Amino acid sequence: MSNKATGISDKPTGSGRTSSNSIELRLPSRLGYEKVAMNTAASVARLMGFSEERVDDLKTAVAEACINAMEHGNKLDESLSVGVVLSMDANSLEVKVTDNGEGPQSKTHTPDIDKKMHGEEEARGMGMFLIQALVDEAEWVSSPPAGSYARMVIHLSNPHV
Amino acid sequence: MPELVTRVTVEEIPATAGDPITVLRFSGDITSASQPAVIGTYEGLPETAKRILLDFSQVEYLNSSGIALVIQMMIAASKKGQKINSFGLSPHFKKVFTMVGITKYTTLHADEASACAAFD
Repeated sequence: MSNKATGISDKPTGSGRTSSNSIELRLPSRLGYEKVAMNTAASVARLMGFSEERVDDLKTAVAEACINAMEHGNKLDESLSVGVVLSMDANSLEVKVTDNGEGPQSKTHTPDIDKKMHGEEEARGMGMFLIQALVDEAEWVSSPPAGSYARMVIHLSNPHV
Repeated sequence: MPELVTRVTVEEIPATAGDPITVLRFSGDITSASQPAVIGTYEGLPETAKRILLDFSQVEYLNSSGIALVIQMMIAASKKGQKINSFGLSPHFKKVFTMVGITKYTTLHADEASACAAFD
């Protein structure tokens, strides 16, 4: 996992990918609709030649990012949408998930199962950890009032996280 | 695209030795909306249930909120001295369960037979 890029910042990094190689979705902030983004990302990743193992990793990461955007970013306000932009280049697939919130207020937390079992840590709260663990690059960019986004990238040259 | 309803069936099967095994067979989605199905079903089990087997083989979608419900169930089982084994997870979710540390409190098996045998 040493080659991973992760972090939280207030400066967009972007990748300079062209819009001709991108797909955009807008989802209602309604739980369940993250599956639309998850399945779209899976279809694109398969077309690009990613292994099923990497496709499964991406599906979980995209679903968790969308759920976070709906729940924490948009507070499940169905009048607000979650944006999903999939951008392809020859060797990688980038997924940005945008919302109207301020972005995560803390760094990614590695779950401690013993603390959870003893009631010292909430059972929930594993989404950001899973995203970071399952993709090659993950970052969270906070840029209020415009909104915030999670950015994830998987590389074709990286066979396994 | 609403979430698929979580369905749970409960079955008691005899063990080759010792207490019978109570099997919770999940299907559909396991998400934040699954609390009544997952925790409610677990809480409805008789106090005599000591060996609990979780069957995930028909689960179509599982997210971190659903995994949290599994953890909540394990917390309750631990307090009651119950043992939980699991089977039917895809290789991807075996990896995810391992990442979050659940495997410290439940063993993941390839199939029902090996999961049942592991109670002995």
